[in-house]
Parts: sequence; structure tokens; C-alpha cells
Amino acid sequence: MEKTISVNLKIWRQRGPKAKGQFVNYRLENVSTGSSFLEMLDMLNQQLVEKGEEPVVFDSDCREGICGMCSLYINGHPHGPVQGITTCQLHMRKFKNNDTITIEPWRSAAFPVIRDLMVDRNAFDKIQQAGGYTSFNCGAAPDANATPISKEVADIAMDSATCIGCGACVAACKNGSAMLFVSAKVSQFALLPQGQVERARRARAMVKKMDELGFGNCTNTGACAAECPKNIPLSNIARLNREFIKAKLKD
Amino acid sequence: MATKQNIEGMIDSTPIMKDYADIESAATTAIDSKIPEGPVAEKWTNYKAHQKLVNPANKRNLDIIVVGTGLAGASAASTLGEMGFNVLNFCIQDSPRRAHSIAAQGGINAAKNYQNDGDSVYRLFYDTVKGGDFRSREANVYRLAEVSNNIIDQCVQQGVPFAREYGGTLANRSFGGAQVSRTFYAKGQTGQQLLLGAYASLNRQINKGTVKSYNRREMLDVVIIDGRARGIIVRNLVTGEIERYAAHAVVLATGGYGRAFFLSTNAMGCNGSAAIQAFKKGAYLSNLAFTQIHPTCIPVHGEDQSKLTLMSESLRNDGRIWVPKKKEDAEAIRAGKMKPTDIPDEDRDFYLERRYPAFGNLCPRDIASRAAKERCDAGYGVGTGNAVYLDFKYAIQRLGEDVVRDRYGNLFEMYEMISDDNPYETPMMIFPASHYTMGGIWVDYELQTSVKGLFAIGECNFSDHGANRLGASALMQGLADGYFVLPYTMQNYLSDQIKVPHFTTDAPEFDKAEADVRARIERLMNIKGTKSPDEIHKHLGHVMWDLVGMGRTLQSLVNALDAVEEVRKEFYSDLRIVGKADDLNTELEKALRLEDFLVMAKMMAIDALHRNESCGAHFREEYQTADGEAARNDEEYMYVSCWKYTGDDEKPVLLKEPLKYEAIQVQTRNYKS
Repeated sequence: MEKTISVNLKIWRQRGPKAKGQFVNYRLENVSTGSSFLEMLDMLNQQLVEKGEEPVVFDSDCREGICGMCSLYINGHPHGPVQGITTCQLHMRKFKNNDTITIEPWRSAAFPVIRDLMVDRNAFDKIQQAGGYTSFNCGAAPDANATPISKEVADIAMDSATCIGCGACVAACKNGSAMLFVSAKVSQFALLPQGQVERARRARAMVKKMDELGFGNCTNTGACAAECPKNIPLSNIARLNREFIKAKLKD
Repeated sequence: MATKQNIEGMIDSTPIMKDYADIESAATTAIDSKIPEGPVAEKWTNYKAHQKLVNPANKRNLDIIVVGTGLAGASAASTLGEMGFNVLNFCIQDSPRRAHSIAAQGGINAAKNYQNDGDSVYRLFYDTVKGGDFRSREANVYRLAEVSNNIIDQCVQQGVPFAREYGGTLANRSFGGAQVSRTFYAKGQTGQQLLLGAYASLNRQINKGTVKSYNRREMLDVVIIDGRARGIIVRNLVTGEIERYAAHAVVLATGGYGRAFFLSTNAMGCNGSAAIQAFKKGAYLSNLAFTQIHPTCIPVHGEDQSKLTLMSESLRNDGRIWVPKKKEDAEAIRAGKMKPTDIPDEDRDFYLERRYPAFGNLCPRDIASRAAKERCDAGYGVGTGNAVYLDFKYAIQRLGEDVVRDRYGNLFEMYEMISDDNPYETPMMIFPASHYTMGGIWVDYELQTSVKGLFAIGECNFSDHGANRLGASALMQGLADGYFVLPYTMQNYLSDQIKVPHFTTDAPEFDKAEADVRARIERLMNIKGTKSPDEIHKHLGHVMWDLVGMGRTLQSLVNALDAVEEVRKEFYSDLRIVGKADDLNTELEKALRLEDFLVMAKMMAIDALHRNESCGAHFREEYQTADGEAARNDEEYMYVSCWKYTGDDEKPVLLKEPLKYEAIQVQTRNYKS
């Protein structure tokens, strides 16, 4: 049979972007260690609702680590203490009986809090809208095998494309920089033949938008890559810097 | 097993069954599916050659609402935007990129025949119709197979990093129900990469201004003006405000209703509400009994579980499925006295290879799920008793651990994270779970519902998968509908609407729809009972899984209707929603979705009850062959069931769209030889 533990929760509660937030303490008994972290929060919310209190608001959707919706800052780490996973993939067996767990939202000027642990990451969409695509209309594509792409290049492009857009990199960064996120998309297209035509324009446009939206500067601390749930490597940032300089030289 | 005699006995003795037994007599309206004339291979070409178009200058005067941003919604919105229409695109998530298509793992089918293994458009079409157990529309499926190749071209051009061979060409793998390798993939994250491709195209249009993106908004009603869909009412999930949006046409791309079972592989927010709103406004719902129970999911761990995790079907390429041959071994494993690795090969029952030698571990999903249930019901299950093994020992012996890691590494990691077992060392445990719904909103060949100007694409329509969907075909259908079908058929609809000016949301029809939505919310807020939406949803889930799950009987379905009614009473008498209606309120969101799931659950049970045959995923235990296979009844049930709404407490009316097979000879599905 599965073990159960009890935990002390210290959760950030905040009514809205302008409201003053505060930590609220909760005690939760009999949490199955086979439960996921978010199932533990479901349990807490069920108990709050039973008492007529409003549940803790947090984002979550696929609960299998791919949609990028969940976004909790747990014990000082985006997505919690275990590396290479999202919040929804964290399981309670990673905690001990009577542990105190601190849960906060992503904290960044570019991601305002909506309520409690839910933040607004619309800035990420805006950066993608500025240039994260290849410009061609549906129906105009040549045969998929017309342009061979080496397996190595395809694999590296895939590693960059794996980014789930959760924002952990921004939350981890002391400057609130979005460089890892932006560099992953720019890298994917810079590596593939289909992305060549707009290579310079893309790098310029996405970096410009990132700066406009209030993300901080990159000082190469590497916290982003260390906390990234998809292990997007820092080499992407180096590539983005090269892409950006090359684009600027063309101006 | 029920005999014919005691079924008739049940009909006599069960009032509710009597209530639904005469349902067919109400059928009056003829169904026009608008299938073009001519041989199946020429229908789509002919359609496109003769359909009406809208010229570029007029396109920018026409507004189209697309609800949903998954593969179908995002591809439709971006393509309609590229064509020059004004598109309003809605999603419930915080970004279009998070729609649940993102979680599809395995791959996407196309008839490219890059592997030179004998694939063709006809073969993909044939496999899909056969996989669907001859309950899908031939013309639609042929078109799907036909445009499948364009999808791959489109996605590569978008920069989707599909897996490649060392020579630089695209790689393929095999999926269930096929004898060729036609599945394109990007690691175990194909859905993610395809969705990000569609999202990229969508972003380009948002940047250009042809598409407006509305996030964190949930559709609560369709607005009908003079018999045509002209807008929607949505709830802003951040502020709680009720908003109105108008357009010349409305497209639903809102996914499936698999969370009627509560536990499923669907995301937490997946729901069937848009389909139910459309149903209440006159759109037919079809083939709701056809719900796919996916064979390879991680088994349930306990009552607090919120969702189930799928392990990609691609694992069946190299994993072998088994249970112990001896009951005492299975018992010892369940008691923790024995480990799977203690059981020698000769004492393992590779039941899929035994029963279906020609397809083995790669037989279609419905068959693999049922076979697992059969073994577990017979007492051979492992784990809690509701699990079977998926073993990579043999693949590791044959290919080496590195190759296996390269192919499935991320899936193995996912498994280990959830179950705390290392699948390189001990077999995975898997069990079937609700995954996909083949049934849904009825659409004609143009993907238009029975309400004019209301279209349905992707999983939320019923169209292409019949009674069972083959692996790697959902991504194909979503993108086929959105990139290559709807953008054409939409023009045929809008061609006579070019003189219709932009709609405003001041019309009395909008006032009425908004008032109805507000009244509905107020009613739920005012119940002030004691149970949370999730608690009641779990009750519904148990009813659906136990009585409308993998094996159904007349009696279980009759019981299901009673049980759903009980849950419904509980909902309307004891629901508690904390917080306020005009504010961010996740409990209210859940309650509204659950209210619609209650309608959907009832319709699913009614559809399963009326279909007195077994076909595909719909397995009525009374109707099986001597060796336990599904026994179809083509004479009486070779049709699409189309349910028409007549009122909340009224019986729905059944209409039938007969299915005709001209290009394919109808036969009994055989995956044995």
C-alpha cells in the first residue's frame, strides 16, 4: 500500500495584479506519496471549498509535462526541487513527512500576477508573434523530402523546439530575462533550411519585442538552463547572440 | 452473457428501456450529407473544381469565429487568416499554444510511401475505414487520406523538426492497424511540434492583424440569427465578465468529451460544453457511444488521482504485452511475493501475439484494450489487478539499450517519474483509459453542422474515425480539417454572404443568449449545497467507467441512465460554488462544464443503448462472436446515429445517415491472419 505524509504549506495568496499579497499557512494531512504535487493542491482546495473558502488559484492543464501551463515556484525553484520536470510531474514521494513547502507564483515584471499563483504570460505570445515563424501560406509547400536535412541538425533543432513556453527561465533569472525562451525559437529556425530566408529579420524582431516588453538583460548566470524543465541548453543563447550580431551587421 | 430471450425480458421489465425502445419511430427528417457525385477518388477534386469562391476584396469583409486553438482550430484560424478573412480565435488556456493537441505523443500518418512499403492514398483510406469498423463516411475518409501528404509538406515548411534518417530524409514508424510504416514523428512529442507549427502560422496572422486572439475565454453559447450561427457568448475567465462576439460564421474546434469519465488522458480543462451548446441550438450529435479507451496508459494509483497519463502507442512497436500464464503467478505478483522478472518466458502469455498473430502487439486500440480487460477480468491482471505488462526486455536484447533509449527515452523517463519503476529493468505496467472520442457533432461533407453557418472540425466532430480511431490519425484529421478542408468549404458557404454587413452584438438574439447564460450561472451559484464540482464529477466518472466503459450490456446501460439521473439530481440539489460569478472563479468554470457533461453522459448512454451491436470501441457484451470478437450488425446499424435535441427533459430524436460503401468491400475486421 502507498505511504501517506503530512505537509505544512506556505502559499502566496494575492487577489489581483495590484493587490498586496501574503503568505498563508495550511496544514494538509494524509497525502498519498503516489500523488502528484498538483493533486496535493487539489486536495487542499477540496478542503478549502468544504470550509466555504476560495480555493488557491493555479494554472494547470495537461498534467503530463508538455502544455507548459503549470508554473509554481516551489521551495525557491521554478517547478520545484527536482530538475528536468514541470510542476505537474513532481510527485509527493519527493517530500518527507512534516516538510514545510513554500509555494509562490513566477515573479517577474513581465509576468504580472492574475490571482494567487496564476500569472499572465501573454508577453511570450507577443514575442512569438513578432517573428517566430516562417512566412509562407498554406498550400505552397514543396514535397517534404525535397530538401534533405541531416539527422544531427534535425535533432539539435528538435532539442531547441522542445521548449514548452512555461516561463521557468524568466522566473529563475535574477534579471527576469527571456533569453533562453527567445533563443530556443530563434535557434530552431536558424538551424533549419526553411528558416534561412527570414533568419536575420526574425532575430532582430524577436529580440526587439523582448526588450520592449520589460524582460531583463542576460548576464550569463545560467540559472535559466539549470531550472528549465525541458533542459534547453545555454548554447541556444550563444547562438542567439551570434544571430543577433550578424543581423545587426547586415543593417 | 445475456441471451436474446433475457434481453427481451429486460425490455419488458425495465420501464426506462421501454422509454427508449420506440425512439426510432420519431425519425422523420432526411439527412443530407452533401457528398459529391462521382467515384470516391474524384469527389474532392470535383468539389474543389466546382465549389463557389469568395474573391479577395470580399474576404476582408467577412468575419469568422474559430473556437479552439488545437491542431484543428489553430490551423483553420491561421489558414482562413492567410486567405484574407477576419478571424476571431478563442481559447480557454492562457495561450493558444497550450491546447491539448500539444500532448499527442506518437505521430501523424500520411500516405507518402517514403519507405517504399506499398503504401498509397487508397491503402491509408482502406486501413482507416477498416480500423473504424465500417462506421465512418467513405468520402470523408478518402479525402482525409488524400490531403494527408500535403500536411507533411506544410509542416516541414513550417520548420517542424520531424525525425530524420542519416541520409536526411524523413523517418517513419508503424502504428496499430497498419502493415506499413507511415507515421511521421518528432520524438515522443509530435503533437507538440505540430501544434507549435500551427501556432507559429497563427502568430504570423495575429501579427498581420487578420486574426485576433482571445485567450482565457470560454464559449457558453452560440447565437443564432435567422437560422444561421452568427456569434457566440463567452465568459472571460479572468474577470468573469460575459462578452459577445459576432461573425458571419462560427467554427467549433473544441476537442472531445472524454472527461465524461472524469479520469482520462485529456487535460484538466478539456470539455464537451461547446458540443452541448451546439446540440441545444439544433446541431445533431452523432455516434456518441464511440469513445476510445486507449490500451497503454499508466494504471490508476488512488482516489485522489486527477488524470491518467498515456504512454504512446509507438511503444507497441518494440514492447511486448503480456500477463502471467498461471493464475497463481498473477496472484503472487499482486501480493508482492513475486516480481515480473521472476517469470520465465514460457510462463508468460503474450496474449495479443497469441490471439492476433498477423498484427500482434500492433493490433488496433479497441482490440488491444478489450484483450487487456479480458485477461484482467479473468484474474490474470498484475499490480492492483487492473494492469498488464509492456516489456522492453526483448527489444533491449535485440537492439541494445541505446537504441531503445534513443527511440523512447523521454517516454521511459515519464513513466519512471510517475510510477517510480525503471522500465529498462522491469516491465512497464499499463491499463486502458479514456482517451479520444470518435463521436461528436454531426457534420456534412463540408464540415458544416445541421445549423447553417456552424462548422465543427477536429475531434469535436464525428466525421472520420468511425467506431474506432487508428493511432496517429487524430493529428492527421485535425490538420486536414483546418489546413486543407474547411478553408475551401467555408468559401462555398460564405459566397452568398458577401453582401451581409458586419454583424453587431446589439441584436435581440444576443440579448437573449446573454440573458440565458446569466440565468444559467445564477441558477448554479444559488444551489448553495455542500459538494464541489469535482466531487460530483468523480461520481459521474465512476458511473460512466463502470457502466458505459469498455464492455457494455443492455442492463449496464439501463442502469447508467438511472445512475446519471441520480448524479444530475445531486448536482442540482447539492452543488456548492464558492466565490462570485463576476470574478475569476475556477469552481464555477468546473461546474458549468460538469453541467454539460451530465447531458453528454446521458446522450452517450442512450446512443450505446440504442446500438444493438458491437463495433469498434462500442462493445456490447451480448453481441460477440464465439471467440470474443465484436459482432457487427450491418443490416440494421450501418448508419450514423444523429441525435436531435428536443428539450432538457424530453427524449432526443434519432435520425439516421445510412453509410454506403462503394470503394471498399465491407467485411468482418480480421487482425488474426
